Amino acid sequence: MEAIKRHYFSDMGVMLGRSMRHIFRSMDTIITVTIMPIAMMLLFVYVFGGALQTGTKNYVNYLLPGILLIAIASGISYTAYRLFLDMQSGIFDRFHSMPIARSAALWGHVLTSLVSNAISVVVIILVALIMGFRSSAGVSAWLAVAGILALFTLAFTWLAVIAGLSAKSVDGAGAFSYPLIFLPFISSAFVPTASMPGAVRVFAENQPVTSIVDSIRALLSGQPVGNNIWVALAWCVGVMLAAYIIAMRVYKKRV
Amino acid sequence: MLQNLSIQVKGLQKSYTNLHVLKGVDFEVEKGSIFALLGSNGAGKTTIVKILTTLLKQDGGTAVVNGFDVALNPENVRQSISLTGQFAAVDEILTGRENLIMIARLRHLYDSRQIADDLLKRFGLMDAADRRVSTYSGGMRRRLDIAMSLIGKPQVIFLDEPTTGLDPEARIEVWKTVKELAANGTTVFLTTQDLEEAEQLADQIAILHEGRIIAKGTLSDLKKLFPPAKVEYVEKQPTLEEIFLAIIGKKEEN
Repeated sequence: MEAIKRHYFSDMGVMLGRSMRHIFRSMDTIITVTIMPIAMMLLFVYVFGGALQTGTKNYVNYLLPGILLIAIASGISYTAYRLFLDMQSGIFDRFHSMPIARSAALWGHVLTSLVSNAISVVVIILVALIMGFRSSAGVSAWLAVAGILALFTLAFTWLAVIAGLSAKSVDGAGAFSYPLIFLPFISSAFVPTASMPGAVRVFAENQPVTSIVDSIRALLSGQPVGNNIWVALAWCVGVMLAAYIIAMRVYKKRV
Repeated sequence: MLQNLSIQVKGLQKSYTNLHVLKGVDFEVEKGSIFALLGSNGAGKTTIVKILTTLLKQDGGTAVVNGFDVALNPENVRQSISLTGQFAAVDEILTGRENLIMIARLRHLYDSRQIADDLLKRFGLMDAADRRVSTYSGGMRRRLDIAMSLIGKPQVIFLDEPTTGLDPEARIEVWKTVKELAANGTTVFLTTQDLEEAEQLADQIAILHEGRIIAKGTLSDLKKLFPPAKVEYVEKQPTLEEIFLAIIGKKEEN
């Protein structure tokens, strides 16, 4: 037991190295994850943007936080997919019959998701800069944005872990993220919620994406974040803890 | 007595919802021997392997591997064993060399590169070392799989149907490897539904049928269970396997 604890982080490092290799050897997944949100950003800025009433002059600034969340929501579906393949292939049986901490294999996938989503977020921000995105945010505000995005990624990745562990087919493992990709559309990501009809507006204003988008937008434009950031953090931490506990339970049952 | 035993299984029971797979299985495996568990599909061979390798908990009975109870000291059991599952448990996206290095690191061995090199040479995979495993043939994959199981020199190696789906040549290669392992003092526990495989390899054979071991012993013990052989004259026809191997052999000579 002692030996296993002592090696926990090096085991996790080996697992992380393994799944990062998977990502870099299938560049198509990174391209899919970044191209789709970038295409959406181009579409909304240059096609719909002129007709949308958001009360801001720079629509790229307004749009970027939501686009980043869409990128992360689609990125995590690959975690579910890779995890499902590992469960199927028998390589997890090999890991689990070795003297290594069982959760190291899961954490390897989760950290990989964090790194690969960070890469796609950076790429998308660079494209946004070319399209005219400008921010007055200082270092601490950017760090806060990075922190929120990292928490959001972790929370949703643990949801993806549940999907990957309990899916019956490859398609099932990937499909769960579609509703997550749509959450930003019914939020303040593209247009202010004030323009939405009653029930939709109530949903939009009380789902996690709106508070996260509003916090990031405020941080990037140098505005006060107010209560939004606490609501956003509560959502991220709450979803993360709940998903983590359920994922670990499902995992223990499966192995 | 206990010193010479690698695996001791007593009254092992396991049920899945509605299906009583193991109804009290008993057997012992001597250190350094090759033990073959024979049984048809669905007899529960893999269930036994999973219990012995700590992947599954039994409902009743005890199983001791290398002196450690699988239910009470799974960590110690994992230190002593290695599993080669029914489906080659290799990472298809990594290269053969990377697969070996990964396992060596997970076993916390310092000279992982050297270990990988040695095993690649020993298993004739040097030429394919830096190719992704997805390009390997079934036989190469199985060889890599077994090579991965040898890292860290485990005392007991479990091979679950190691030659299923392999062509005859690859099968003979696996057999050769298994014999070498046992010659070096490793205990080999293998499951198979191939009678010839058990005959070729095993020091001890146990037959699992409907949840129980219905016969066990050496090949000659088992042969004694049958009425003495009658002498009959039968024209010996070569089997398709013999023909296949003969033709392949000729080709290689040319």
